[in-house]
Amino acid sequence: MQTLSFTVKDPMGLHARPAGLLVKEAKKYASKITLHKGEKAVEATRLMALMGAGIKCGETVTVTIEGADEATAAQELAVFFEQNC
Amino acid sequence: MIELHGTGVSSGIAIGQMVAFSEGKETVSRNIGTPEQEWNDFLSAQEITCAELSHLAEKARKDAGDEAALLFETHCEMAQDPDFCDCIKELTDSGKDAVSAVMEAGEQFAAMFESMDDAYTKERAADIRDVASRICRILRGESEDFALSAPSVVIAEDLSPSQTMQLDKSLLLGFATRKGSPVSHTAILSRILGIPAIVGLGDKLLSDFAGKCGILDGIEGKLIIEPDTETLTYYNETKAAFDAEKAGLSALIGKETVTKSGKRTKLYCNIGSPSDVDKVLSNDGEGIGLFRSEFLFLGRDSAPTEDEQFEAYKSVLEKMDGKPVIVRTMDIGADKKADYLGLSDEENPALGLRGLRLSLEHPDWFKRQLRALYRASVYGNLSVMFPMVANVWEVEKAKDLCREVQIELKMSGIPYCNTVKLGIMIETPAAALISGELAKIVDFFSVGTNDLTQYTLACDRQNGSIAPHLDPHHPAILSLLKMIAENAHQAGIPVGICGELGADESLTEFFLAIGIDELSVSPSCVLPLRKNIRNQA
Repeated sequence: MQTLSFTVKDPMGLHARPAGLLVKEAKKYASKITLHKGEKAVEATRLMALMGAGIKCGETVTVTIEGADEATAAQELAVFFEQNC
Repeated sequence: MIELHGTGVSSGIAIGQMVAFSEGKETVSRNIGTPEQEWNDFLSAQEITCAELSHLAEKARKDAGDEAALLFETHCEMAQDPDFCDCIKELTDSGKDAVSAVMEAGEQFAAMFESMDDAYTKERAADIRDVASRICRILRGESEDFALSAPSVVIAEDLSPSQTMQLDKSLLLGFATRKGSPVSHTAILSRILGIPAIVGLGDKLLSDFAGKCGILDGIEGKLIIEPDTETLTYYNETKAAFDAEKAGLSALIGKETVTKSGKRTKLYCNIGSPSDVDKVLSNDGEGIGLFRSEFLFLGRDSAPTEDEQFEAYKSVLEKMDGKPVIVRTMDIGADKKADYLGLSDEENPALGLRGLRLSLEHPDWFKRQLRALYRASVYGNLSVMFPMVANVWEVEKAKDLCREVQIELKMSGIPYCNTVKLGIMIETPAAALISGELAKIVDFFSVGTNDLTQYTLACDRQNGSIAPHLDPHHPAILSLLKMIAENAHQAGIPVGICGELGADESLTEFFLAIGIDELSVSPSCVLPLRKNIRNQA
């Protein structure tokens, strides 16, 4: 399992636009990708749940990646979060 | 003649016959099958939905750009969302027919969004309802049969983004809805497409108006039904003037503010109250360079509470949807005062206890404002600037108070954005002369040219008899501006102009030459100024 974390910089938080992009990105990988904020855990392929999690600007999210392509996924997702969230 | 009032969300005037938007009616009743058949019917409908939405996304990309396209791509993801589908599966398994299951699941998710605490996410309930009703329409085997046959002003209960996108733009003069919000995706689309629109007209907007002549004034948010000759003449003229103006300028909406040689300038707006934001958006302001917070303090009997201020800042940040908003902390003094502040009369208020001086004298008021600002900071892209600075220590003291407020919020577990930029107004000659020192301790400068002119030229702004002496083109002002810009850039921070001089097109070339990064002007000046800048070498 790979773990990474990122801080949301988008002033609107993880709203429809970045969440929509994340779902598309996450579907590229075989690994199971999960976002953790406090007690809450949301799979990155679940758009409504992501939007419903209410992740705001300045909050830090931990991401766990588990599966066959976890190493590649972790590397590429780190870049994705930096650029889009 | 009937006149109705709502919220204008996209400016412009439309005059024409009104047509009531109607959704497709159920023509054939569906035969309801076993739970398994219902689920399979849903899966087929879901596939068609996604194909339609991809098609619509491409249409939107062509008509309105990538931002509009992404909206429909996100709708497509919603239709395929595993939680949404699980919910439908459960409902069909329990014996519900596919249409009822989709509607019910859509309502459940819409309710979830509506229960959230920020206005932006609440509005997404409309998106999920749009997706659910599309799936249902396909399940019922209806085509999208509402089409315009002549140029029309469309009236509707509400229009979803996809319904708006599907209307023939060459026949859609404007639209007016009973419900709807200025932050809905529909309102945003109408602005991108440049179609006049009014939302929130309420129950007085009757479907019976269909077939009658209507004037839709998106600037004032007015809908006039069966206008008399006088009104019609007036609006025909206003429309002609507006359209002529727009023809030259509206082509610049969504365009970059960039010179021929590729130099970019940011074009922001000055506003005095949250209601001005609509004008910023309709004129394509790239941000708010000066939000005067005085409106919260003046013209009332008691000080605004922290919550009251928070709501005002939050509403502006949310409406600006992530675009930069620079709020100036209270710029109050003896010439702009309210009784409850208990300020004493001064011989010379322009040189008196005002702006940041007053804020530092009353840290309780100041901290209340800062707390409200930091609390609101999570709803958008906020910067804060302090007016009337003459000393380094004043800025240090203001920054200390900001830090105190942040620590207090953190201790109470209240969220705030820790990347709020802090800047200052440069409006005293002292600040201009020590701008090299000041640039090291702030994130940006914004030059207030009105006060800088009055103080530098020793010329009272209020005294009409010396108006000819109050010349902002004076070489002293221009060389101070150049010096401020150089010092800002040496320290690597941006510099803007938020005074009236920013819109003075005879100086635009000079501003570009000295490297001014941002001009903040009144909303109606944005497009003319963009045109000017795009024509500069």
